[in-house]
Amino acid sequence: MTLAEMQFALPDLRLASAEIFLLAMACLIMIVDLFVRDKNRTLTFALTQLTLAVSAVVTVMVSSGQVAYTFSNMYVGDLMGDLLKLMLDVVMIVVLFYSRAYVLDRPQLAKGEFYTLTLFATLGMMVMISANHFLTIYIGIELLSLSLYGMVALNRDSVQATEAAMKYFVLGALASGLLLYGMSMIYGATGSLEITTVAERLFSGQADMIVLLFGVVFLVAGIAFKLGVVPFHMWIPDVYHGAPTAVTLIIASAPKLAAFAIVMRMLVGGLLVASNDWQNMLLILSVLSMAVGNFAAIAQTNLKRMLAYSAISHMGFMLLGLVVGVVGGDARFAINAYSSSMFYVMTYVITSAGTFGMILLLSRAGFESEEISDLAGLNKRSPWFAAVMMMMMFSMAGIPFFVGFFAKFSVLQAVVAAGYLWLAIAAVFFSLVGAYYYLRVVKVMYFDVPVDDAPIVATLDVKVLMSFNGLAVAALGLFPQMLMSICAFVLLRSL
Amino acid sequence: MSGMPLLSLAIWVPIFAGVAVLLTGADRNAPLARMLALAGAVAGLLVTLPLYTGFDLTTPQMQFVELVSWIPRFNINYHLGVDGISMLFVILNSFITVIVVLGGWKVIENKVAQYNAGFLIMSGLLNGIFVSLDAMLFYVFFEASLIPLYLIIGVWGGPNRVYAAFKFFLFTLMGSLLFLVSLIYLFVQSGGSFSILDWHQLPLAAGQQRWIFLAFLVAFAVKVPMWPVHTWLPDAHVEAPTGGSIVLAAIALKLGAYGFLRFSLPIAPDASHELAGLIITLSLIAVVYIGFVALVQDDMKKLVAYSSIAHMGFVTLGFFMFSALGIEGALVQMISHGFVSGAMFFSIGVMYDRVHSRKIADYGGVVNTMPKFAAFFMLFSMANAGLPATSGFVGEFMVIMGAVKFNFWVAAIAATTMIVGAAYTLWMYKRVVFGDVGNHHVAELTDITPREFLVLSLLAAGALGMGLYPAPFTDIMHSSVEELLRHVAASKIL
Repeated sequence: MTLAEMQFALPDLRLASAEIFLLAMACLIMIVDLFVRDKNRTLTFALTQLTLAVSAVVTVMVSSGQVAYTFSNMYVGDLMGDLLKLMLDVVMIVVLFYSRAYVLDRPQLAKGEFYTLTLFATLGMMVMISANHFLTIYIGIELLSLSLYGMVALNRDSVQATEAAMKYFVLGALASGLLLYGMSMIYGATGSLEITTVAERLFSGQADMIVLLFGVVFLVAGIAFKLGVVPFHMWIPDVYHGAPTAVTLIIASAPKLAAFAIVMRMLVGGLLVASNDWQNMLLILSVLSMAVGNFAAIAQTNLKRMLAYSAISHMGFMLLGLVVGVVGGDARFAINAYSSSMFYVMTYVITSAGTFGMILLLSRAGFESEEISDLAGLNKRSPWFAAVMMMMMFSMAGIPFFVGFFAKFSVLQAVVAAGYLWLAIAAVFFSLVGAYYYLRVVKVMYFDVPVDDAPIVATLDVKVLMSFNGLAVAALGLFPQMLMSICAFVLLRSL
Repeated sequence: MSGMPLLSLAIWVPIFAGVAVLLTGADRNAPLARMLALAGAVAGLLVTLPLYTGFDLTTPQMQFVELVSWIPRFNINYHLGVDGISMLFVILNSFITVIVVLGGWKVIENKVAQYNAGFLIMSGLLNGIFVSLDAMLFYVFFEASLIPLYLIIGVWGGPNRVYAAFKFFLFTLMGSLLFLVSLIYLFVQSGGSFSILDWHQLPLAAGQQRWIFLAFLVAFAVKVPMWPVHTWLPDAHVEAPTGGSIVLAAIALKLGAYGFLRFSLPIAPDASHELAGLIITLSLIAVVYIGFVALVQDDMKKLVAYSSIAHMGFVTLGFFMFSALGIEGALVQMISHGFVSGAMFFSIGVMYDRVHSRKIADYGGVVNTMPKFAAFFMLFSMANAGLPATSGFVGEFMVIMGAVKFNFWVAAIAATTMIVGAAYTLWMYKRVVFGDVGNHHVAELTDITPREFLVLSLLAAGALGMGLYPAPFTDIMHSSVEELLRHVAASKIL
């Protein structure tokens, strides 16, 4: 091949402009931060927030509503990706506001790295969301994970945090290995790593199903690790607990969106033909997660650890929607089922961000407020924030009129519509178990007397955002229609 | 019919009043919170009165219907309406809310705004349950009403309140989650409808009906509560503040029974007939066995709690004999029990506020120091025992008459309640009120205040009025009950 014959077509950069902007700004902020003398890093913080906001705007502006590919089909732009990225940016902005005061009180965290790593993590998630190639997904995951490993260890004098980072890194590397191994098998079976091509070859029956199946097993194991579902959940409690709460907040919120996206891209987008196999695997993971997550959460006294187990159970519940997409080769209910999962994961992220945000709001210099008992008598100290936290807890427990109920409802109706009545009954049984520990948090806030009478110090912006977060949980519970329809609509246009 | 959305007002007036009360904030504004709460409760009662005056007795159809799409994605509608079965409960509930706000006027000194707001919001949610014609709307109100009661028991309750609040919440949630699954199942079976009235017409195979009936039974039996899932009730009653006990006994217990009439009987009529024996057996156990359990209680609240379970056993017994007498008797019993049990708990609260004990042994000779109170308490105890001319008699008598037609032995067993009920209530009354002054606490008692007099008079008017002239209540029920019986008599198996 001569040089003239090679084609140098510039990829359509427009589709990925949000990611490109974020990357450029992250590099820029890294340099700018070197010259910031202010130990509060106000400029870095402001630039980071601005970057995220612009990235959200750009995401909306370049969204065409069509499915479009670029970078030699390694990247896809579609409505599902756009919605998830928009939400991702907004969640990251909120999360950074929540963690601002916490970070300022802790010199180890208040460095430029906190912000640049956050941006790189966000970039990694955006790449995951828009990937149309197994390797793109892998790159996105690694970018996210490596940023997070670093962030967990930011407070390097803390033994707990270092240990958590180490665990996270070792297990995360293992999971990445599994994922890569699975991808290599899928390549072996289909001769391609491009998700759309893999799907085509599978539909036309050109793949070696045995090899493919092995690949699917490894892939599902890798995904399960990233989602944090049983039996690949070991890292979740330790990392949630050990990481500085500001970092826990990041880990516990936005990455769930990205994890959902890669499940959709790889399993639904690429391997739908093998749906029967991966659905059965996810089914087992899902039931185990709900069981282990809910029962183990009961025993926790540390709020972050309790919420970690709760996250495991929630991801298990979310997976139910993915389990029932294709029933006996019939994909009629697929949109209904997948959109219920999407609704679930989006509302979970809102609730989870609010819950960890509340821990940050109650923390102050030298006080972490991460034990459940630290919430004692919150109703006396601040009736409004107690009410907000109560709404979060009842939402997570799935009690109406809060959005968590409708999330559970929409998944359950998909499960029942697919004919898995026993699965729905198992799911509600584990929800009942789960209700106990959420109720306990409410009990501590309302029934117990405060041990700590210190007034709540929080800046106005955090108070306002937290109030909105609580109201969002209630308002989405009163009027869930809009978000539900949006989820169904974007999936209809993207699949 | 007036153009006002009366049922929406019945739900949202108390809820918004509750939110307004919450906004008064700390206890330094307690007087304002109380006034606002009373105004909200009275307004809530007033908006329900046109339901009675504008009610059309001739039709079994739903009246005052409101229908707005809520979640079109799942065809869930904000669909409200009342018939002769549900209408009276809306008024009863709104009435009880006024009683509760008045009852807690002086007694609650701590977090006054939250206390009153809790009851107002709960009142709106409970009204929502009775008027929902959409199953999901019903469920959402049904579940949401757990939250205020959980907080009321837990925050203002007695020493063992945490245990009682958790037990109450988790027991009820256990029942209602299975209920949720069966609602979704019916949604799928009916081809995408959550309308309860559509489901009434939905043909279902015998096996399906049986499972649906049993799933409903778990939810409603816990709520009623029926033996053997009644154990949460005595705990909840004993620990709850007086207001909580009143709402629990007067309204919350009726939800399960109402659920039987709205869901179980019309949706699964064949299974209802098939499994009637089971329900009747459980009901008779509640009536007789729980009656004897009540006899040995040394705590007044616990005694009335067990007597509530026995009375509710009468209600479920009345439903499953499938006769107009049985069902109407049961409905009358439900409303009467609302007045009487509410009054019993209030009376116990009056004594508790002064002596801070609910133990029967800590009293004796109360009549010497509280003669006015003793007169009221006498009336309500008699009503609880089912004395003729009180409302307690009417319902029980109708159910027993229905039972005689159904099966003599069932009637004979059920009728023992007349004896046992009288025994435990009057024996308690005798030990608490009569005799010599028992101790210095009783000697120091002061008779009821004008506020307590007002509350007791209102409740007495209900209990006596219904006992002397029950026709206004039963007239409302006739056509709806007959329609229900016609419906239940027809098989739904295709």
